Amino acid sequence: MSDKHMEKYIAKSSAIASRLLGGEMMIMSAADSTFFTLNPVATVIWQAADGRTPLSEIVAARVCAEFDVDPETAQRDVELFVDQLSRHGILQVSDSPFPDSVSPTEAA
Amino acid sequence: MGDFKPVPRSCPQVSPSYQITVEIGGMPILLHTQDDSFRQLLARRYAGFVDSAAPPRFEFDIELTTPSRKAPDEEVRVEVQDGTWRLRRGDFRAHWDPGAGRGRIRQSANPYSIDSVLRIVHTLILAEEGGFLLHSAGAIRNGRAFLFSGVSGAGKTTISRLAPPDVTLLTDEVSYIRRAGDGYRACGTPFAGELARVGENCSAPLASLFFLRQGPENRIDAMAKPEAIRRLMRNILFFAEDIELVQNVFQSACEFVERVAVRRLTFTPDSRVWNLIG
Repeated sequence: MSDKHMEKYIAKSSAIASRLLGGEMMIMSAADSTFFTLNPVATVIWQAADGRTPLSEIVAARVCAEFDVDPETAQRDVELFVDQLSRHGILQVSDSPFPDSVSPTEAA
Repeated sequence: MGDFKPVPRSCPQVSPSYQITVEIGGMPILLHTQDDSFRQLLARRYAGFVDSAAPPRFEFDIELTTPSRKAPDEEVRVEVQDGTWRLRRGDFRAHWDPGAGRGRIRQSANPYSIDSVLRIVHTLILAEEGGFLLHSAGAIRNGRAFLFSGVSGAGKTTISRLAPPDVTLLTDEVSYIRRAGDGYRACGTPFAGELARVGENCSAPLASLFFLRQGPENRIDAMAKPEAIRRLMRNILFFAEDIELVQNVFQSACEFVERVAVRRLTFTPDSRVWNLIG
C-alpha cells in the first residue's frame, strides 16, 4: 500500500461548539454536552482540521514546525489524538478530502 | 333531566378572558386564561412580578385541563419545527411561535406547570440574546450583583439565609442574566428554592459569579477559564435539543467568563462570609 492510500483528512463535526481561551481550545459536543480542553499542540491540530489538508501535512507543517518533536513521534501521537476525538464524534476522519462544508460555531 | 342539546351557532355566547402580565428579567409575558381563579392564583404566585402596564413581548393562551396522571418530573422535551417551539412534559403541552409572538399552553390549574413553561420560554429568549438562566442564588450589595452557584447542597440557600440586612436577595435558586452593554445584569426571579421566598424584582450590573464550596474557612480563589466554563455550563438551565441553540449557549458562557470575574468561594456557614462580598 502506498503512502497516498494511508493518507487521512480530518474535519470538525458540525455538532460541536468551540472557543479559544488563553491558548487552549474548549470544545463542547452539542449532542451530549461533553467537554474537551485541548492543549496547545492539540489546538493547532484542531485549527488545521479543515477537511482538505492531509494529516501528514498538518503534522509536518504545524506540529513539527511549531513544537519540539520528531516527525515519527508526532505522527504517532497525532493519529492517537485524532482517533480519540473521532470516537467522541467531534472530529470526522476520511481517507479522501471532505467536500466543502459549513464550519461549526467557533470563536477566538 | 333533559337531553344535552348543542348550543345553536346562532346563539350568542360570551367566553370570559382574564389576563395577567408576568414580567421577569424585564421581559413582559401576557397570559390569558378563561378561569378567574387561576388568574388569581397566578397573581399570588408571581406577586412582585406582575405589571399590567407593561406592553407584552409575548402572549400565551392557557387552556386548563383536568390534572394529568403522568408525573410532572417526566423528562421535558423542547423541540423546534418550522419556527414553532413545542414544549411538553407529563403535566403540560405548549407551543410557541416567537415570530408571531404567541403561544398556547395546555395544563391543569397548578402553578408548577406554568412555572416550568415560563422558565423554558425565558431560556429560549435569552439564548438568542447572549443571556441565560443560571442555577444560582443572587444578591445585590452596594449597587452591584453577585451570584452564588454550585451543585445542590453547595450552599446557595445557606448563603442567602446568611445575607445581612443591606443585601437585596434576587433569588435563592434561579438567576436571570441578561447582556447589558459590555457586561451583564442580574435580575431577580420568582423562582424560589428551599428558602421558599420569591426574589426581589430588581436588577443590577453583575460584578462576580462565585462557585460555592463549604469548607473550614472563608476564602476566595481564582478559577481557570476552562474550569469556569465547564462549571457554568453545568449550571445553566437549558432544555432544547437544538444544536444551533446549544452552540449559542456555549458561546454565551464563554463570553460571560471573558467579561465577568468567576471565582471559587469557600465558606463556613456563618455570616462572616459576607465580609468578603461587595
